[in-house]
Amino acid sequence: MNTTTHLLYLGTAVCFVLGLHLMNSPATARRGNQLSAFGMAVAIALTVVVLIDEGTITRTAAVVLAIGVLVGSTAGLVAARRVKMTAMPQLVSLFNAVGGGAAALIAFGDALPGSTGRPTSTTLATFLDVLIGAVTFSGSLIAAGKLAGVVPGRPLTFAGGRLVNLLLGLTALTAGVLYTARGGLGALGILTGAALAVGVLATLPIGGADMPVVISLLNACTGTAVAMAGFVIGSTPLIIAGALVGAAGGILTKLMAVAMNRSLLNIVAGGFGTGDEQTVSATTAIGSVRAVTADDAALQLAYARKVVIVPGYGLAAAQAQHEVVELAQALAERGVDVSYGIHPVAGRMPGHMNVLLAEANAPYPLLKDLDEINPQFAATDVVLVVGANDVTNPAARRPGNAVSGMPILDVDKARSVIVVKRSLGHGYAGIDNELYTNPRTAMLFGDAKVVLTALITELQAYAVGR
Amino acid sequence: MTPVLLADITVFVLSVLVGFEVITKVPATLHTPLMSGANAIHGVVVVGVMIVAASIDTTIGYVLLFVAAAFAAANVVGGYVVTDRMLEMFRR
Repeated sequence: MNTTTHLLYLGTAVCFVLGLHLMNSPATARRGNQLSAFGMAVAIALTVVVLIDEGTITRTAAVVLAIGVLVGSTAGLVAARRVKMTAMPQLVSLFNAVGGGAAALIAFGDALPGSTGRPTSTTLATFLDVLIGAVTFSGSLIAAGKLAGVVPGRPLTFAGGRLVNLLLGLTALTAGVLYTARGGLGALGILTGAALAVGVLATLPIGGADMPVVISLLNACTGTAVAMAGFVIGSTPLIIAGALVGAAGGILTKLMAVAMNRSLLNIVAGGFGTGDEQTVSATTAIGSVRAVTADDAALQLAYARKVVIVPGYGLAAAQAQHEVVELAQALAERGVDVSYGIHPVAGRMPGHMNVLLAEANAPYPLLKDLDEINPQFAATDVVLVVGANDVTNPAARRPGNAVSGMPILDVDKARSVIVVKRSLGHGYAGIDNELYTNPRTAMLFGDAKVVLTALITELQAYAVGR
Repeated sequence: MTPVLLADITVFVLSVLVGFEVITKVPATLHTPLMSGANAIHGVVVVGVMIVAASIDTTIGYVLLFVAAAFAAANVVGGYVVTDRMLEMFRR
């Protein structure tokens, strides 16, 4: 590789870092992503030039490569254009799967007999690349399946599952160590098979509500696998970009786990929580709750001065982001001061709720984060909680329970609270929400989309009545 | 360890540190686009697929190459497009 090529590759790495840096603020985030995409385009174009210049690629390989890229690009483009914003997490997971798969295949391509081995290729890097890449590939597919509802979201466990997984993990490690020491495609094959099985078995027992953290973790793993692929073929851009993503995904995973008040170890161990919100019967240990009709709720909202809407997982699951924004607009037209209180982990991924509301054209200044909205609740007439649960549970302020210490939205400080929810089922923490038995809280049972539509209709009736 | 491997390890470790430093400052509201944006960056794996293509000359190798190329291209193209779609909505 000559000096110019090397410097240009370095330039693309700078684009990636600066691009991520620009994603610090909503105003520059889009430019950041475009800068990163520009860097990527340069890296790809540069590699084409290098390939032509070196001239060692066979004609068949060039054609296969071109067709493969064309097919993949088309599939990626169509998926990215068509995906609904609520289905974003599973798409990210699918991209993790293919990225990890490609990284593992690079190691295979490099290790194949007949391939001219690269001078820097080390068997240890190949082992790690295949191990991480294969686990990420199968794990991400299961994670995407769980979020899309193809695979049941609830934790899937079976007797001895952990033991089987442990044995598979040991098999993978043994095969990997054997490969590192002596090489041989047989060991690499066993390693791949075991790693793929580990990915599946490790993801199945994890509940659907924990999936966002897992996807973030798998994102970090894919980055690491790509960096390992960089070691295998001696490519600096792969090492830099892979390491960047590995670190980014790692930090993000930690932030998400902290915001959900879960330890990463606990999440990965699995068996906790449910897929979507549970439909546990209403006869849980919780005390008496007060239910209201949409009619009453609409009246209360219509004559409030200040309303804060707290959207949560249930809103994302019901895909009711357009309805909630429509309701907010209808209230604003009546002169009600409306804003949104958004918990960092509301929705299916951190920040997902902001994306959903932005899609529905909610004005950005009305979206308030936790620190901004909490002091405002005391002066709020009505808080409308839509499909949010644990993030509003006052029990978090006390030690000794599953949500202790978790930052929450102080909705119980408002004059009244209306909770839109399908049932009295638990959130992923699996405990009762004390907010629901608060005398100032009224429950409005039903699917978020249906209830919000009913509220909008009722509000219109009031407008006509005046 | 060869000098090349040592240099590679140096680059790897420093990149990890840069990644930590850059990401820690991103606000929670941008975490989903960030995850998606980082997801697109590991699409750089397509460069690796192209490099490894230069040393492949067997039928099995071609099959693997095709799958790897399709996977990597889907990652990089889809990743950037979907992130851009998300961030476009943020500006309004």
